[in-house]
Amino acid sequence: MQEAPFDLGEEARAFTARQTGMGAVVTFTGIVRDVADGLDVMEIEHYPGMTGRALTKIAEEARARWSLGDVLILHRFGRLRADELIMMVATASRHRADAFQAAEFLMDYLKSRAPFWKKEHGRDGAGWVAARDEDEAALDRW
Amino acid sequence: MDVLYFAWVRERIGHPLDRVETEAATVRDLVEELRTREDRYAAAFADLSALRVAVDQELTDFDAPLAGAREVAFFPPMTGG
Repeated sequence: MQEAPFDLGEEARAFTARQTGMGAVVTFTGIVRDVADGLDVMEIEHYPGMTGRALTKIAEEARARWSLGDVLILHRFGRLRADELIMMVATASRHRADAFQAAEFLMDYLKSRAPFWKKEHGRDGAGWVAARDEDEAALDRW
Repeated sequence: MDVLYFAWVRERIGHPLDRVETEAATVRDLVEELRTREDRYAAAFADLSALRVAVDQELTDFDAPLAGAREVAFFPPMTGG
């Protein structure tokens, strides 16, 4: 977890360079979306004591299910603006199917099981982003 | 024990942390005690289906026992990613 921005290209390059014997690297990046009334700030709150262990648990679960050389999860908190990068995951595997599936799994679990909360500050006020039923339902496929 | 609040639960209650002396056996018992404190607690805990709970930083449910617990956190469903 970090408050500071990260460089997607640099992180992806460094992650890829660390691998040996891997045939595939998949990365996913989440970006702050603008909203209808214009987003001033996306505030991301987290639970510092729990976030690290929750992310570790999600990464370990992915490693147990797929054959992975490595897993990276970066997630920002604090005050972000539209088009800033919120988070990224990267997975490495010998064959691409494991890396693709593990990345999707990580994203589904990060949505609903990592202690982050988003609040949108727009021109017409501020509001907490509600969790969507689809996000919870997405966990069932794993 | 430390009771922590996040996101709109924190806003509704008005602060992020309470230090609580309690004999509550389960999370649900603790919620009942907190509800009687003040109206803003009753409002925050009005609908438990809108809340999630972690005991000692592990996600659990409202029937979880509190014996030996040091930290309980209440928050809305998470919206990471």
